[in-house]
Amino acid sequence: MSTPSGAIPETLSAAQADAPSAMPATRPLYWSMRREVWENRSIYIAPLAVAILGLCGFLVSLIWPVKHETGLMGIDPAYHTVALAMPYSHAAMLLLLTGLIVGIFYCLDALHGERRDRSILFWKSLPVSDLTTVLAKAAIPLLVLPLLLFAFTVVMQLIMLLLSIAALLISGGSAATLWRQLPLFQLQFVLLYTLAVSTLWYAPIYAWLLLVSGWARRAILVWAVLPPLAIAAVEWIAFHTSHFGSLLLNRLFGFAPDAYLLTMPDGSVVDPHFIPVSQLAPGRFLASPGLWIGLALAVAFLAAAVRLRRYREPI
Amino acid sequence: MNVIEAHGLRKAFGKTIALDRVDLRIEEGRILGLIGPNGAGKSTALNAILGLTSYEGELKVLGRDPWNERNELMRDVCFIADVAVLPRWLRVSQALDYVAGVHPRFDRAKAESLLARTSIKHTSKIRELSKGMVTQLHLALVMAIDAKLLVLDEPTLGLDLLYRKQFYDSLLNEYFDRERTIVVTTHQVEEVQHVLTDVMFINQGRIVLNCSMDQFETRYQEVMVHPERIAAARALKPIHERQLFGRSILIFDGVDRQQLAALGEVRTPSIADLFVAVMGQAGAAGQKGAAL
Repeated sequence: MSTPSGAIPETLSAAQADAPSAMPATRPLYWSMRREVWENRSIYIAPLAVAILGLCGFLVSLIWPVKHETGLMGIDPAYHTVALAMPYSHAAMLLLLTGLIVGIFYCLDALHGERRDRSILFWKSLPVSDLTTVLAKAAIPLLVLPLLLFAFTVVMQLIMLLLSIAALLISGGSAATLWRQLPLFQLQFVLLYTLAVSTLWYAPIYAWLLLVSGWARRAILVWAVLPPLAIAAVEWIAFHTSHFGSLLLNRLFGFAPDAYLLTMPDGSVVDPHFIPVSQLAPGRFLASPGLWIGLALAVAFLAAAVRLRRYREPI
Repeated sequence: MNVIEAHGLRKAFGKTIALDRVDLRIEEGRILGLIGPNGAGKSTALNAILGLTSYEGELKVLGRDPWNERNELMRDVCFIADVAVLPRWLRVSQALDYVAGVHPRFDRAKAESLLARTSIKHTSKIRELSKGMVTQLHLALVMAIDAKLLVLDEPTLGLDLLYRKQFYDSLLNEYFDRERTIVVTTHQVEEVQHVLTDVMFINQGRIVLNCSMDQFETRYQEVMVHPERIAAARALKPIHERQLFGRSILIFDGVDRQQLAALGEVRTPSIADLFVAVMGQAGAAGQKGAAL
């Protein structure tokens, strides 16, 4: 905004030639990302709405507690932590799921909407490259959305904690047990890890959806989903094998076995409501070929989307 | 310096040839009107110049290859492609923020002062503005960009007379200086005649006329011929003849003005009338070619 283009004498062509270099290369990227958030307000409204609804539900559960939440008395002390963590991790899962849905629908429309409403002609009239545009759009599900989800979840969990303490104090109880035994910071650290891991794992899915939204003229969801299913079906019919299908399934659900140690040191299975920090396996995740094959695919899909946008016209 | 230079520019969509080996040169400081019927290849030519479509042949815009150097080119080139391409969800203030954010040559103060003269509010969304206001906004954004080449593709389509007049007036008075170049296509030919410095007719992918308005005025004459002198007038080989209120109006190409003055009232034809005349010739030539 402070670009002093008006201050440059028009006759000095050398000064004019220097003017563009005065703008850092990241500025168009930054403004393109802001532009995406202006256009797609569901990026923050949907998680916010879900968080508020979740808080309302939690408040109701505090006022009229159901039997199993009346206290920790009937519960095996070994499970106290898990029982206490449960509503907090439910809140996190709720927001993660919301983020996944928002990200998917965002990607399906990202490179299609601008062609549908012809605004691509306006965007292309400005000095913003196709690469910058596609990167800005990819940054929404890969960067902006995870960070927003983390912030929303942390705030939501803190409000839940305050509500619980208030409820305990009002009913004459003591908040000491809750305070001592609820591993809130550990939960939040694991959430951050889960967000990072799942975003990296799902990157090729988001990139694929972006590519299809830049390519298809209509029925983007169908074009995004049917071809992979068709390949799996053809493989099954032709060879009676399901390698491709299991690859797809692995892409959807397969990051957990690599990213977490699912067996506790005592031999029991980790409860997904509370995964201790000691059960995270970032090294194993980073060493898994699935991650890197997925990231390579994501880069390839995005590169194709950049290339495609050069040729795209309004539909 | 030539702002646009093309040699053998060609573009085909399947079997349809949109541009048929066009040679073109546009100098700095001109306002060129690109006139042609629908499907003549105007938009294809503009898209090639703007790097929006690939092409065969040679094309340089501001010394750059528009298809391969598009990102650099767009700092110096601006365009309004068609009306109503501003996204409907965008707010006026956001449009200003965004263009200021991404364009190194955008003068926000100038855009604000241009907008201050309209009734457009900063808080409005594009979808709440009338078509005329959207064009005013788009023009304010574009005029605040210090570009070397401005391309306008049917910029006033669907606007009422007042907005159309205003559009060209502000373009001429507040934007155009002798260093900028403007290329405009339009069907409202009469309204741009006094604006242009150059005119180009394009038909079926070929340039059928290309001259400056000065040349245009010395070369083409329109004469309202007295009925008794019609035979003498026809002997001078008019390129077009039409009837109006029982009088014959003939258009001549390169005939001496003194000679024509003896036949009736002489004046410069409108671009629209000359367009009809030239297209008629081209059509007749085409038919003759087909018959042979």
